[in-house]
Amino acid sequence: METQRCKGSRDLLPEDMAKFRHIEHVFRSSCLGWGYEEIRTPTLEYLHLFTSVGTLTPEMLSRVYSFLDWDGWSGERVVLRPDGTIPAARLYIENLAGVRPARLFYVENVFTFEETGRESRERWQCGAEIVGSARPLADVELIALALDVLDKLGIQGVRLHLSHAGVIASLLARLGLTSAEQAEAFNRILAGNSESLRDLIGAAPQLKDAVSLLFEVKGESAGYLRNLQALLGRPSPDPDLDASMNDFIAIADSLTGLRHEYEIDIATGKGFEYYTGIIFRFYLDGRVLGGGGRYDGLVPLLGGGAVPASGFALRIDRLMEHIAAWEEVKPSVLVRSEVDGTAVVPLCFEVAALLRKAGHAVELDQGYTGPTAHRWVVSLQGTAASPRFAVADRASGATVQADSPAQVVEAVGKCS
Amino acid sequence: MQLKLALPKGRLMAPTGELLRSAGLELTGYDEQSRSYRPQCRDMPGLFTKVFHEKDIPIQVAIGNYDLGICGREWVEELLAKYPSSAVVKVRDLGYGRSDLYVVTSRSDGLSTLDVLRTRAGAVSIASEYPNLAEQFALRHRLKRFKVFPLWGSAAAYPPENADLALVAQSPDTPLYPWLVPLSHVLRSSACLVAHRNSWRSRDLSCLLARLCAVSSVTESDHTPAGRADGPGTPAVSRAAWDSSVRLALPDGHQREPTLACLRKAGIHIRDNSVDPGRPGISVPGVSVKVIRPQDMPLQVANGNLDLAITGDDWLYDHLCRFPTSPVRKILGLGFGRVRVVAVVSGEMPVDSPQDLRDLLRSGRLGRLRVASEYCNIADKYARDNHLSPYRLVPTWGASEAFLPEDADVLIENTQTGRTLAQHGLKIIDTILESTGCLIGGTTGPDTASAREVVDSLVRALEQGMAED
Repeated sequence: METQRCKGSRDLLPEDMAKFRHIEHVFRSSCLGWGYEEIRTPTLEYLHLFTSVGTLTPEMLSRVYSFLDWDGWSGERVVLRPDGTIPAARLYIENLAGVRPARLFYVENVFTFEETGRESRERWQCGAEIVGSARPLADVELIALALDVLDKLGIQGVRLHLSHAGVIASLLARLGLTSAEQAEAFNRILAGNSESLRDLIGAAPQLKDAVSLLFEVKGESAGYLRNLQALLGRPSPDPDLDASMNDFIAIADSLTGLRHEYEIDIATGKGFEYYTGIIFRFYLDGRVLGGGGRYDGLVPLLGGGAVPASGFALRIDRLMEHIAAWEEVKPSVLVRSEVDGTAVVPLCFEVAALLRKAGHAVELDQGYTGPTAHRWVVSLQGTAASPRFAVADRASGATVQADSPAQVVEAVGKCS
Repeated sequence: MQLKLALPKGRLMAPTGELLRSAGLELTGYDEQSRSYRPQCRDMPGLFTKVFHEKDIPIQVAIGNYDLGICGREWVEELLAKYPSSAVVKVRDLGYGRSDLYVVTSRSDGLSTLDVLRTRAGAVSIASEYPNLAEQFALRHRLKRFKVFPLWGSAAAYPPENADLALVAQSPDTPLYPWLVPLSHVLRSSACLVAHRNSWRSRDLSCLLARLCAVSSVTESDHTPAGRADGPGTPAVSRAAWDSSVRLALPDGHQREPTLACLRKAGIHIRDNSVDPGRPGISVPGVSVKVIRPQDMPLQVANGNLDLAITGDDWLYDHLCRFPTSPVRKILGLGFGRVRVVAVVSGEMPVDSPQDLRDLLRSGRLGRLRVASEYCNIADKYARDNHLSPYRLVPTWGASEAFLPEDADVLIENTQTGRTLAQHGLKIIDTILESTGCLIGGTTGPDTASAREVVDSLVRALEQGMAED
């Protein structure tokens, strides 16, 4: 059969949805427990929200779904939301300005074109943001929240990678590059191309040793960062670099205190120019489950004033591949009539309603032909004038007779 | 084995014909005088050729209707800018038909670099026949906020009063207006041989490729600086003068003469401007005139760049199909240039109505309907409203009759008498719209009372002119 589903799109089947809702439930309840409030932004946003320097990289922008709306005669394009953070920042500015800090979370889809069609072009993500706090502790809280969610989902073996956009930016600034060159080099480094920075080092040979170490030896503690700081502070101290390193060290120290292991990998964070401080990513089996970071420049860029912010998002499609257990509600009771005619229909509905009230998921038999997985089968027998019920418990193999809907509920019992 | 080659009409037709002749392929019917879209080649019996507007060629090759095509590289890049995974392979630069694409601004705007635009709070407007390349340019240069006006033509006439920037093609034959300043070189273009990706991978095209490559010579060179015509450093109408007057657009091309005649009858005279042909003078005080494509007028009225324009009902309707709540209205029908916009199929097709088409689709004898048209939005609405599902829209840029029957099943096209369609073996199955020239304007009219009075007097004059006809 020819598939009519759009290339690069995905159907979520009942089992997928059970996993999806389980992840959503765990994420929502975790966020609510940590004091976050849920938001939802529109699927359509103006393209210009995402085009400034300091938002998305040109590579990401070349893959957005942009078009003219039905009232787009001005020539200004709209876009299917390619990212959750930028719309959340816009929502904050337009509706919550002054709330410090605002703890927000969302479950939303984002759209990015992917050439092969093998990856879904529509991806769902769980995101959380703290807007209005510049404290390293806010970043630590977000990392801890994400790890808490992953733990509650039973996902083991997650590796946390840390980088710091402020450190990279300070290093690039010392190389005497223009702002455009710095932005390009920044993106290449985050894309994992450390060669690009090494090529630039010729302009500042005093950085060579420290930068080589930064890329070649990945760290596992705040001590690693302190070592680098000692190297990079020579021959003259750099206040910007020092501030970024101190921020990085404070976060790393706190994570160590919380017994969260991490790897310091400077090349992490592809696709997002808006990061200004810590960047973190969660990996499992070499694939990214999600990530986030500090983006103090974004709210100012969107016209919301000097408001710092930080956040993360987890990819639901990736989480779905790894969760081992999820709650799936399957109907446990099947109600069927062995009496012909419509006169007994209200009675079947009444029995089903009473059982649902008692907490059971109940299905009315609309013509099952084969065996079913229901634990109980309630059969309406007798005649319309004188009905009775046979309640079969497939777990025990026992069948009891009942004369009224109330007796059926009693026989099936309350749902635990 | 049949090999299908798409050939360009227009500026590349003569040099492409010359190239093919040099390669030993004499094509009958591939010249400006020919009315056939299917030139014949006796030198290579398996070669099927068809003539298209060059902008259509990358699309026709990408969707696999043609193995090979020849067109300007800029149209290939325009397709790839929006659809990078299109199945079109650039095979060879053929070395003729050179042009350069520049982003230009008006000297009077005082811009020398893009830096100012990059941080500007308001939207930067870019007018272009290459809207995808214009968007790519804006994204690459990180313009904070931008809007693109997709045009059928005359992009150079838009800055400064109707757009901040224009992305235009410039060749030695078409120097820039003297008041335009190139800000950025976007692309060097020339005629280019392109192939459908799968044909390139799996078919043997060498018999034709070997002949073409043997005679085409490529000379690599850097782009030359944009040439500018001599003349004044500012356009005939300043931005301030334009904004303070009633802004009227007149059509170029074949609608120009009947429009001028219609205005003459109303006692309104247009004075040619040899230095700035896109901004002629007018005998009515308080009015500024610009000459642009009629296809582009409704959008420019809607976005407030024009107060009045003389276009056709067809292009107004096409605009309203795309933007149903657009603030544009027809003020006055002008009666000239009467055409019908019709649905057309091949004479061989066993259908005589849209209902027959629907039945054909439902029967499964036609898997998917290909609807070709210059009127993309009318065609889309027509297919939707008539439940011609499933359908695929094939946008065209001219020579649309050529699409039937090989490359489209239905054509939405305008016709005066239907004779040309019949000559191409096509039949009309439905009339969608009767169209004449018309005056259009914004739904709310100009802001000031004096401007509204000028508009009213223009409309009265046109009405009187028609009444005396």
